[in-house]
Amino acid sequence: PHAGPVESKNEATMSELVPEPRQKPVVPMKPMGINASLLGYIGIDTIIEQMRKKTMKTGFDFNIMVVGQSGLGKSTLVNTLFKSQVSRKSSGWNREEKIPKTVEIKAIGHVIEEGGVKMKLTVIDTPGFGDQINNENCWEPIEKYINEQYEKFLKEEVNIARKKRIPDTRVHCCLYFISPTGHSLRPLDLEFMKHLSKVVNIIPVIAKADTMTLEEKTEFKQRVRKELEVNGIEFYPQKEFDEDLEDKTENDKIRQESMPFAVVGSDKEYQVNGKRVLGRKTPWGIIEVENLSHCEFALLRDFVIRTHLQDLKEVTHNIHYETYRAKRLNDNGGLPPMTVETEENHESNL
Amino acid sequence: QNDGCRTLSLSARVGFDSLPDQVVRKSIKHGFCFNVLCIGETGIGKSALMSSLFNTNFEDSPSTHFLSSVRLRAQTCELQESNVLLKLTVVKTVGFGDQMNKADSYQPIVDYIDAQFEAYLEEELKVIRSLFSCHDSRIHVCLYFISPTGRSLKTIDLLTMRSLDSKVNIIPIIGKADSISKTELQEFKKKIMSELISNGIQIYQFPTDDETVSEINTITNGHLPFAVVGSMEKVKIGNKMVRARQYPWGIVKVENESHCDTVKLRRMLCTNMEDLREKTRSYYESYRRCRLEKLGCRDIGPENKPVSLQEVIEAKRLEFFLEMERKEEEIKQRFVQRANEKAAMLEEAEQQASMPVLTKFEHLTLMHQEEELKLGEKKKLLEDEIAQFIEKKAVTELIQSQVSVSTPVVSLKTQGLQKVSADA
Repeated sequence: PHAGPVESKNEATMSELVPEPRQKPVVPMKPMGINASLLGYIGIDTIIEQMRKKTMKTGFDFNIMVVGQSGLGKSTLVNTLFKSQVSRKSSGWNREEKIPKTVEIKAIGHVIEEGGVKMKLTVIDTPGFGDQINNENCWEPIEKYINEQYEKFLKEEVNIARKKRIPDTRVHCCLYFISPTGHSLRPLDLEFMKHLSKVVNIIPVIAKADTMTLEEKTEFKQRVRKELEVNGIEFYPQKEFDEDLEDKTENDKIRQESMPFAVVGSDKEYQVNGKRVLGRKTPWGIIEVENLSHCEFALLRDFVIRTHLQDLKEVTHNIHYETYRAKRLNDNGGLPPMTVETEENHESNL
Repeated sequence: QNDGCRTLSLSARVGFDSLPDQVVRKSIKHGFCFNVLCIGETGIGKSALMSSLFNTNFEDSPSTHFLSSVRLRAQTCELQESNVLLKLTVVKTVGFGDQMNKADSYQPIVDYIDAQFEAYLEEELKVIRSLFSCHDSRIHVCLYFISPTGRSLKTIDLLTMRSLDSKVNIIPIIGKADSISKTELQEFKKKIMSELISNGIQIYQFPTDDETVSEINTITNGHLPFAVVGSMEKVKIGNKMVRARQYPWGIVKVENESHCDTVKLRRMLCTNMEDLREKTRSYYESYRRCRLEKLGCRDIGPENKPVSLQEVIEAKRLEFFLEMERKEEEIKQRFVQRANEKAAMLEEAEQQASMPVLTKFEHLTLMHQEEELKLGEKKKLLEDEIAQFIEKKAVTELIQSQVSVSTPVVSLKTQGLQKVSADA
């Protein structure tokens, strides 16, 4: 049975869970070796403001991939995450279209702005994944696409006269949707995550979490965590990339308690207690997407967007990309790669 | 710029406007680094100014005027203000302007700047690299100290600045500015700026495109070059210790903006630190481009088709490889040849060495044999003589005995005959 009807919650708790004003992130005080004592104000700390201004001026790219069988609510979730119609389904595609015979990769770019910060968001959809009769190696086109983006970046980087800002199409984050069977992970899930956790940041999410009760949810999450650990799958945030103790404690908590996030997505609004909230209406109540006692969508959103967005990009750039580059150069005898254009399985849509 | 993307509007708050804060947080964790290069004659006040600018002690042992060439000395220190950690490296020229012949004075400086670019390029080209954790040693700003003559720029100033203006951000400053009067200073500044312009020297212009700083920066651009005064000592004024220079006629306060431009310089450096670093990156890109092009790499090949770095490097590598092979072959052949020569030489020597020994031995043996023969002959002769002598003796004794028997009565006459025959 579901949790009790939502209407009994009071408004104060609701506003707590959906904070509106921008929180100031905690800036770490790192006492490193100082061998110069400052006797007066110099103004070095103005560099913080300069960096902030520069970031806002240049804007940034973010590329998120969603992988999972059809019908798990991927498009809805992405729309809910970015509070706009960013999914492929919303850009003029027929919802009733046929499931493709092979895995296709479809990338759609959007420009969104908030608080003076401009973001070019690219959502990469993978229709056809896991939907065939024979799903062996269905992860291969996806790995190929990810490597192609690394390749593109590498070629730009290696140019003699290169652009000031190399366009970044690398996949920063891959949301993998786990079917809420309630039992355990499927072989397909394990295969995919085993292969791709080495090339991209994978964040596993449990889709359509409103099909499970609280106890079922907790047990399922525990089992999934155990299975991931037993199979040696390092999902984001990876343990080995924790930079310091502070990161480690913060990320440990997320890794061991919150992940995988059990989410529910919706782009429809309903009136609850005088407030308009995103939710799903059922005969037995309204499931509020951003209510932490209903599902963990807010946790996922805060994690991916509000706290770890920059870190996702940095891990992709400093670790996954560098690994690809090193391997590529080594295979080529220490030389940068040749130009090989592959446009198959890659479509860019308006 | 949107290249095919639609612009969407958000229906509610997403939260990615916290990205600048996330970036800032990461940068703070990482720390910043800033590298300053000070070029100026010995004794013009480089160390004093650096100490005053950053309120730390950059004291160096004062150098002599007798260095034969210009060298560069680097000092690093870590400064922390609120939670910003800055790794500051100050590189100073040593012995600049002291030599008799200053034609090459600027070269070590250019070489140093290029060396930093080269180090960064090397790291960037490595297979396994650590760009994000490695210390960036590229020079972000160059403070050029002009002597406070009150007249104009010296030739060495123009020469040096011209060789550097395409590699680094140059900010010209007038050192020891407390030796010039206010009126002279205005004239001096104007003269310097016009000389720089007429000689086509590019100095750093504080950016004026951002509205919040454009006004201040435009005014500041008009104050160039900064007339600075630095001091390592502090003087007690009132009940505070203030950085100043105490003269009999008064006290020059370093941090007083009506006394000198030191505080202006400090403010400008700090508020434009990021822009300086940005411009350094574009200088680095030009360096990189030149360097790679020199290696023969191009982005576009002869038929205007894009040529990748790999093709060029592959061709060069093949060339190099063949060259190496050829050299190896050459060396091998030479080695074989010399080995043969040496072997022949040794054989000959061996032969020659062994021959005299044998001949000598034989020679000696022959000699020995000859001598033996001769001695044998001599011996024979002597034996013959001895034999003859004995025979003669025997005959004489026989004749004597016969003579004594045959004549018994013999007078003295016979005795005399006896005597005579005995004598015979």
